[in-house]
Amino acid sequence: MSLELVLFYLASATAIFATLMTITRLNAAHALLYLIASLLSVAVIFYLIGAPFAASLEVIVYAGAIMVLFVFVIMMLNLGRQTVDQERQWLNPTIWIGPGIICAVLLAEIVILLAQKERLLETVVVTPKAVGISLFGPYLLAVELASMLLLAGLVGAYHLGRPLAKKQQGRDE
Amino acid sequence: MISIPIEHCLLLSAILFCLGLLGVLVRRNIIFVLMSMEIMLNAIGLAFVSGGARWAQPDGQVMFLLVITLAAAEVAIGLALVLQLYQRFKTLDITSLSKMKG
Repeated sequence: MSLELVLFYLASATAIFATLMTITRLNAAHALLYLIASLLSVAVIFYLIGAPFAASLEVIVYAGAIMVLFVFVIMMLNLGRQTVDQERQWLNPTIWIGPGIICAVLLAEIVILLAQKERLLETVVVTPKAVGISLFGPYLLAVELASMLLLAGLVGAYHLGRPLAKKQQGRDE
Repeated sequence: MISIPIEHCLLLSAILFCLGLLGVLVRRNIIFVLMSMEIMLNAIGLAFVSGGARWAQPDGQVMFLLVITLAAAEVAIGLALVLQLYQRFKTLDITSLSKMKG
């Protein structure tokens, strides 16, 4: 077994473990740290399967920018100890079992489908240059649409994120 | 030249997707639901990139870029909604959303 293969399985194991910890933590900040670890291990996998551009994007945009948004919101909400107790109350085993079985069945189906044939992935590094040429060649329309989506997200977040109006606050209280 | 079984990449992506789905179904805290959706989008990106790597084409990474864009927009809107929800209801319980009118 080559070194790359060992690294691949190690990164996969850390990704699965960190994701599992993410969805079971009670404290949102702890879950976020595990989520960042999971994203970083997926970035390692991207690098190993020959996609260095996707790996750097994963670290910069996903683990960097998007997770910082989560950190900001968790800090702004300033959740205390009573939320942890509330989470503990919400997460009793009776809630877990049903969705757990559904997800396990789905996963088993995919495993059976994938176990049919074994193909090896000969990793050829796809350089950022090739990605860029493809991005601004055949996928130009998709890039424009993505920019419009981001603009819509910006306007929407600005509109939703403003504090409640004074009049409305008075009415609520 | 290293060779990694493509099935194992897709398998990892499927496992991560199912874990994210489990998180969406089980958690009641809306922040955890958003995090689980991030996990699912990330798993989809992994499937795209491994598919692109299988054929040594850049298209998979282009799709991953679009998925990241979608995730960023979704998180920005979703977290703004979380802040509004917390200001109005003083809770992060997702079932409190059903009390909204319209």
